[in-house]
Amino acid sequence: MSYEDTLFELCQNDERIVVMTAENRAAIRGLPPKLGERFIDVGIAEQTMIGMAAGLALRGRVPICHSLATFLTLRAFEFIRTDVGIPRLPVKLVGGVPGFLSDANGPTHQAIEDIGILRCIPHMQIVCPSDEVELEAALPIIMKSNAPCYIRYNACPPAVKHSEPFEFGKAETLSEGRDVTLLTYGFLLREVWKAREVIESRGYSVRVVNVRTPKPLDEKAILKAAKESSLTVIIEDHFLTGGLYSIVSEVLVRHGVMGRVLPIALEEKWFKPALLADVLSHEGFTGEQLAHKVLRALG
Amino acid sequence: MNASADLALSELALRVREHIVRLSTNGGCFIGASLSCTDLLAYLYKEVLDITPERVTDPERDYLLLSKGHDVPALYGTLAELGYIERERLQNHLKTTDSIYWHPNRAIAGIEFHSGSLGHLLSVASGIAMDLRMRKSKHRVFVILGDGELNEGSVWEALLVASAHKLDNLVVIVDRNEFQANIRTEELIPLEPLGAKFEAFGASVSRIDGHSFVALRGAFGTLPYATGKPSVVIADTVRGKGLPSIEKRADRWFVNFTKEEVAMLLAELHGHAQATLTSDTLMVR
Repeated sequence: MSYEDTLFELCQNDERIVVMTAENRAAIRGLPPKLGERFIDVGIAEQTMIGMAAGLALRGRVPICHSLATFLTLRAFEFIRTDVGIPRLPVKLVGGVPGFLSDANGPTHQAIEDIGILRCIPHMQIVCPSDEVELEAALPIIMKSNAPCYIRYNACPPAVKHSEPFEFGKAETLSEGRDVTLLTYGFLLREVWKAREVIESRGYSVRVVNVRTPKPLDEKAILKAAKESSLTVIIEDHFLTGGLYSIVSEVLVRHGVMGRVLPIALEEKWFKPALLADVLSHEGFTGEQLAHKVLRALG
Repeated sequence: MNASADLALSELALRVREHIVRLSTNGGCFIGASLSCTDLLAYLYKEVLDITPERVTDPERDYLLLSKGHDVPALYGTLAELGYIERERLQNHLKTTDSIYWHPNRAIAGIEFHSGSLGHLLSVASGIAMDLRMRKSKHRVFVILGDGELNEGSVWEALLVASAHKLDNLVVIVDRNEFQANIRTEELIPLEPLGAKFEAFGASVSRIDGHSFVALRGAFGTLPYATGKPSVVIADTVRGKGLPSIEKRADRWFVNFTKEEVAMLLAELHGHAQATLTSDTLMVR
């Protein structure tokens, strides 16, 4: 199966679903002939796509809107907030090439504040799949929910075998450990998983938590990790402000849990545009580099 | 027949204007833009829209969306007069115990969608029109835009898309009262030739006197103007229409009058002497 096949299957079983795009068809290229008028391409017009999606949702449809993550979340932000957020309509937003996945496009295409801004919208769900398996497992649950949802699209092949079924507000703990917890989401899980091997080879026990849905957050898993391990590391391809580091900090402060926290994110900078592998090494996000940062912090 | 219908419409519009004037105190409201679209709303609800107070959630209904939003007192007044909401409820204006505030919202029966941020509802209306068409409904979507609102690029973007998708069940109405918030449109961001602009964006256009029921019947009796195109009605109107003391005045957009001024304005509505208004000009933008 692919994302497109999964979405088509959902469309066949639920006539409410309407697939929309602002002329970004990469992930849904085969759907127009199959869906007919239930496939709506508005051209390069993200604001109009979101306004129309709200209108369709008012009529009982469940629109799923595709565009590059930056244009979707930034150009159309006020439409998302005002036309989807205020009435809490079940409009689904699929942001393409989020974070480092925009590789060589340059800062115009770097969605690295998307989680920070969208989580401000009441009841907006945010799903960050770590690979295509997780994306396809999440999709039926996302489409069934009555809430608006932002999906940080990622269809990379899996680097880990998932053990827990997808559920909103539930993080996936992939390994247990008490010396350090690595919290991450999205495709970076692949690098974090490699980092875990390196850190473990130095004799530390490592807990890896895949925070699939930064909102709603699995607070229990976060608090448990912070209490049980001597160091909590947050690794994300997002600005330091507003993303998982902010989310985790808020939870820890609210619950009065103090502990050592190390964020690895983009601090006051856009990343160097290049092919993905080179972006990762330039910015210090390969598994090896992440492991060294963590080992340094562990002393 | 039309003469008696016109009389009934004029009476309805007068009662709606009374509501608007009464809402212009104790915190106030956007009076100018409300008065300019009053005749339009009275006419649409009485003679065009296939909707009744009992059918506000019926999927088979016409939709009317107020995109400029701050003219909502005219809609509250119309809904109250036609039985969608109780007249007494308008006394709750701006109170936390109700949801009757300066911009439309769906907590009020008959209001289809909230607005306030300009340039949104043409795209929302297009989405509704798209679904009506998918379901083979004969119903239509009417969306009222302010002329100042046409400064927003999102209006033109949405029109391009609506035209591309051939939404001929979509009717765009421009309340062309010639004013933006604080200044004449043609002095700030000129819009003319407006009809030609809409036509260039793929719509079919008519331009009429928005206070003449005869002209309104002419414009709305033949929709859509062209198969496969959105229709645009440019309704030339007067900001503050019905109250000579505030008509066409840039400084009477948002007002908060005293009780005495309201009494004078109500008398003025009924053809008595012009009111003497001393309340300060309010600049909220």
